[in-house]
Amino acid sequence: MSPTTPLIKTFTIDGKPVSATEDETILDVARQNGIDIPTLCNLEGLTPTGQCRLCMVEIGGTNRMVPSCVAKPDEGMEIVTDSERLLKYRRMIVELLFSERNHICAVCVTNGHCELQAMAQRLGVDHIRYGYLHPRFRLDGSHPRYEVDHNRCILCGRCVRVCDEIEGAHTRDLRNRGIKTLVITDFDGRWGESATCTNCGKCVHVCPTGALAEKGKSVAEMAKQRHFLPYLVMRRKGLKK
Amino acid sequence: MTNEELIALAAQEAEDAKKYRYCLDICTGTGCMSSCSDAIATAIEAEVRERGLQNEIKVKQVGCMGLCASGPILSVQPLGLLYREMTPEEGVAVLVSLLDEKPQVEKRIDTLQPFFSRQERNVLENTGVIDPERVNDYIAVGGYTALIKAITEMTSAEVVQEVLHSGLRGRGGAGYPTGLKWSTVAKVPGELKYVVCNADEGDPGAFMDRSVLESDPHRVLEGMAIAAFAVGASQGYVYVRAEYPLAIKRVKSAIKAAEKMGLIGQAICGTPFNFRVEVRLGAGAFVCGEETALLNSIEGNRGMPRLRPPYPAQSGLFGKPTLVNNVETFANIPGIINNGGAWFARIGTEKSKGTKVFALTGKITNTGLIEVPMGITLREIIYDIGGGIPNGRKFKAVQTGGPSGGCIPAEHLDTPVDYESLKNLGSMMGSGGMVVIDDSSNMIDMARFFMEFSMEESCGKCAPCRVGTVQLYNLLGKFQAGIATEEDLTTLEELCDLMRNTSLCGLGQAAPNPILSTLRYFRHEYLEKIQPSVAAPPEEAL
Repeated sequence: MSPTTPLIKTFTIDGKPVSATEDETILDVARQNGIDIPTLCNLEGLTPTGQCRLCMVEIGGTNRMVPSCVAKPDEGMEIVTDSERLLKYRRMIVELLFSERNHICAVCVTNGHCELQAMAQRLGVDHIRYGYLHPRFRLDGSHPRYEVDHNRCILCGRCVRVCDEIEGAHTRDLRNRGIKTLVITDFDGRWGESATCTNCGKCVHVCPTGALAEKGKSVAEMAKQRHFLPYLVMRRKGLKK
Repeated sequence: MTNEELIALAAQEAEDAKKYRYCLDICTGTGCMSSCSDAIATAIEAEVRERGLQNEIKVKQVGCMGLCASGPILSVQPLGLLYREMTPEEGVAVLVSLLDEKPQVEKRIDTLQPFFSRQERNVLENTGVIDPERVNDYIAVGGYTALIKAITEMTSAEVVQEVLHSGLRGRGGAGYPTGLKWSTVAKVPGELKYVVCNADEGDPGAFMDRSVLESDPHRVLEGMAIAAFAVGASQGYVYVRAEYPLAIKRVKSAIKAAEKMGLIGQAICGTPFNFRVEVRLGAGAFVCGEETALLNSIEGNRGMPRLRPPYPAQSGLFGKPTLVNNVETFANIPGIINNGGAWFARIGTEKSKGTKVFALTGKITNTGLIEVPMGITLREIIYDIGGGIPNGRKFKAVQTGGPSGGCIPAEHLDTPVDYESLKNLGSMMGSGGMVVIDDSSNMIDMARFFMEFSMEESCGKCAPCRVGTVQLYNLLGKFQAGIATEEDLTTLEELCDLMRNTSLCGLGQAAPNPILSTLRYFRHEYLEKIQPSVAAPPEEAL
């Protein structure tokens, strides 16, 4: 096949015939066709990592499930984005996230603007079956404008990615593993003393929960602005051409 | 080095060996070293020097002889005698008895017992025979002939074909056909490709790869070089966990020695084939045994798994096509090239060919390292080779596959050991750890032990594994304490199902296996721990 003719694949999503180029993921195509697959770690403009596992879809005729934000479709595939099994798994994952750290909406700065909260509402999660783990993490309020509360973090990795990929500072990364995983600033220093942070605030605005917030905001006041991201990415792609 | 030079060197070595009356081999694998086997070697050497017998008696430090339960082991060649539980004084006493022409009878190991006679040693053929720190020893037993044969007499496609014919499957546990993997990497276009040896063995109770690297490191290097030739790679990495200092030391010295000999490096054997090998150390994360996390770690990134596809064969280390195989897989290669794929495939079952190395541990008489033909039954391994359960206890289950595997109860002891049979039983082949459990153990404790392991080793990337393992661990704690409810059992099973289907990598997907397999065979133990139905069970009883 000559590389100049892009390969177009046709397949179905929830019975609807759709097509995709070689670069497009199942999620891309679903969104183009008005099919809303729930996502949490994914954010347009950032490299998808497929780690929240909420966007998993079924491949018809098999028992297999794939994360739609990264999986590319094959010709003739029958994708199911909504089934009883998927809903059950998605609910369980959200419940697990709620049980992991302290997600008490009523006292949270992002109450009403939180993607985890919205996801729970969307999936009809009204109670948590699992024991609350509630580890205690120290807040870092050393930055003059922002603060980080790890107790509300869901480890989606958006802040890490935006800082690395968009801002180019790579101030944030992870330490520890498993349930003790923690987003850190530089080599686990205080945010306010970071030598690499450019104070751009992108991490705060891509954070889906109240883990990263502007200082001085009270309950439910921390709305996040994310439209800068696709815009920036678009401009940069344009420049490259 | 050419083939002729290699043969000449091997002949020279054989000639040298002849001039000794006796050769005393002392195991210096990690197990025997921890019982100070190096001191035995030193003591015997000193005695030999004192008596001026350096030209008659050779003292050699070799790798693992297998019967670790009886270590430190001293072997006397060419008599073929083995002595168990040696001390420096006793080692010297054996030497003295040899010089008196009356080899000591006391502490002799019966070498005709099933532990030795039922094994089929292929990967382990040189372990316990050669000095792992001397490349000449490996060459003397025919080492590196397979590499030279491959690069001078065969095309890379023929090498891949031979491996395909052998039916060899990945010895790391999943059992992916090795030849298929090789042919995939070979077909992916690319100037730069990598070969990676996964020596990040981390299952509790497993020490196969460690022993192979410690006892016969050149064999693994040779296998890697052949693989590199077959797939068109020029750079290799051995990823060893830092917890294996002796293995690291021996691999490093093996690389140096092989480079000096011109057996790896630039223009090997006068051909255009180049292959360099470097060692990379793991920093103690179990998940780095997962191939994509391993690649991340080699690149210097956090050891977290990547999404597959793309598979490493397409886009692996630094985005280049990469072949990742386990230590034992590579160690099987020289035999296949020298003797042919058909020779390898003569042993084993229809779908699982060759031999497999197992580390026998737990409640078993003959703790140690064994290699058996595929298709042997678990009963033969445990009762014949392993010598059964000590202390008059009864066999309860055997755990294979580590934290990703499961328990197999007594009623399935006659199952042949192969990839499919073990999988059908809800366990897996795994890398080869076999932990025998007797009737004094509780299966919930066992499941919780492995869940604790998975919980601590979860990398934290995906939610089902990160939080699921903790929740499962806590639920099992309720069962242990006898305060579980019917609902807890349902939650337990649901969470296992979730993790299995939605976790990102193999670690999370397989982590529920110890619970699922114990639920399958020992469900009554769980049911016994459920509180009789009470109106409102105490919520916060934990």
